[in-house]
Amino acid sequence: MISLTRRSWLTLAVMALLAVLPPVFYLTGNPYYLDLATRLAILAIAAVSLNLILGYGGLVSFGHAAFVGLGAYAVGIPAHHWLYGGLDFLATTSGLVQIPLAVAVCALFALVTGAICLRTKGVYFIMITMAFAQMIYYLIVSIEEYGGDDGLVIDTRSELPVVNLDNPLHLFGLSYVALVVAMLLVRMIVRSRFGMVLQGAKGNPERMVTLGFNVYAYRLTAYVISGAMSGFAGALLGNFTTFISPEMMDWSRSGELMFMVILGGAATTLGPVLGAIVFIVAEEALSSFTIYWHLPFGLMLMAVVLFARGGLMGMLRGRGEDRE
Amino acid sequence: MSVVLDIAGLNKSFGGIKATDDLNLSVEAGELHAVIGPNGAGKTTLISQLCGTQTPDSGRIRFKGRDITGMKPYARAHLGITRSFQITSLILEMSVIDNIALAVQARDGHSFRFIRAARKIAPLRREAMALLQRVGLADKAELPTGALSHGEHRHMEIAIALGAQADLMLLDEPMAGLGIEESAEMVTLLRDLKGKHSILLIEHDMDAVFALADRISVLVYGHIIATGTPDEIRSNDAVQHAYLGEE
Repeated sequence: MISLTRRSWLTLAVMALLAVLPPVFYLTGNPYYLDLATRLAILAIAAVSLNLILGYGGLVSFGHAAFVGLGAYAVGIPAHHWLYGGLDFLATTSGLVQIPLAVAVCALFALVTGAICLRTKGVYFIMITMAFAQMIYYLIVSIEEYGGDDGLVIDTRSELPVVNLDNPLHLFGLSYVALVVAMLLVRMIVRSRFGMVLQGAKGNPERMVTLGFNVYAYRLTAYVISGAMSGFAGALLGNFTTFISPEMMDWSRSGELMFMVILGGAATTLGPVLGAIVFIVAEEALSSFTIYWHLPFGLMLMAVVLFARGGLMGMLRGRGEDRE
Repeated sequence: MSVVLDIAGLNKSFGGIKATDDLNLSVEAGELHAVIGPNGAGKTTLISQLCGTQTPDSGRIRFKGRDITGMKPYARAHLGITRSFQITSLILEMSVIDNIALAVQARDGHSFRFIRAARKIAPLRREAMALLQRVGLADKAELPTGALSHGEHRHMEIAIALGAQADLMLLDEPMAGLGIEESAEMVTLLRDLKGKHSILLIEHDMDAVFALADRISVLVYGHIIATGTPDEIRSNDAVQHAYLGEE
């Protein structure tokens, strides 16, 4: 008989609620909650992808919002040229071009920056990932054509077969399915032989090298996968907000993604999603009282880190249940 | 007998201190060659240069006739050199069997394999379990590594070295920190490996070294002052003076 752990039950329950509740709200006249859930699902994809390197790889990237932002601009820039001319080879509204472009650009950016960042360790790695993200931030700010720091309005969403992204239900559906796929993908990767090497290198890189693993190459591969997935999330986010700006890649955005992973529980399947839920709910509930809503959120994170190692998922670990 | 490892004229300095000083040493196939020497003689520096985490200033290291002096650590492992660490170096977050299975997996080509769950690959698990049986830890296979004792960790180090099926095992003080009983178990284990593997053993425990080694080299201030059988070393005046006499 298949016996599910408490965590597996929780994962199924949370994901089922996330699938059912938002459309119900939408159909009963509360479209706002569907929007909220769509944003949640998209941010959760970015958090799940960050978890691959941060949680399982032990690589604390403080620049992951850059991938999300680049992904969004990979949708916005072709749409901009399609509408206003220039750069004909790039001008398109087809999602079948824009989304692969977002993934490819982010994979390439991850490959180039990762090749450099991964030569450093610890605090230096944190700082250099952040520095690269800030470089992209200022690069976008400096390009007048795409609105500089005023940002860019995406007038037409990506056109895809079957789904119509102008329909909020479709956009939510696509984001939700993408989130589930992202979770399953990361779960498969971390359980594979590749994932064992990645996790082994987190625990003891010297040992892994002695065994004959080129730790650098494995980490770089994980970094590229993670960046590409975040780029995909960025493409969805661009379609969701229809307004993109360099602010999306600000270092504080990267920090928020880290919050989600650590608060929810690094190196767990559901953790980043739980973190994203808490983040969205906290932002929503607290920001109506005060613009300083980050403060209670920060205190909450500190409490979880201090008193519940392993984040929210760590608190929920049943007796005798090992980590995933 | 063929020479597995051949070190010629190796030098390595840190600042003004010569950690390795014109060092010459060889390990023959199937031989257990022990290196002894007082603290700070440069034993661990030697191991580090052999497995590539430190680069010698000059000199040459040949492994099975091939010059590996400038080769990257992971590439040396692929050629068939493995080491155990003086300070236990395991992946504490993982289970005992996962640690061993990684060593088996490392031998099995590259690990850019993303689809199948590693824990469901039967040959990997079977071999890891067999290795654990060999070092007497089969009943602890599923425990988190952090939960095991120091002595058991030392046995895991040996299981990992065996799992690599290396042609040359570099064992850096496998008895470090072990009690009398645990040391005796380790000697039994190493005696069992002797003859089947080429081993370079670095060890402080004199009883163990003289009981196990085919040849012993004495390292003092980075230089080998004598190499010979245990009997030759025991009766060597220079060794008596430089090392054994001091203890």
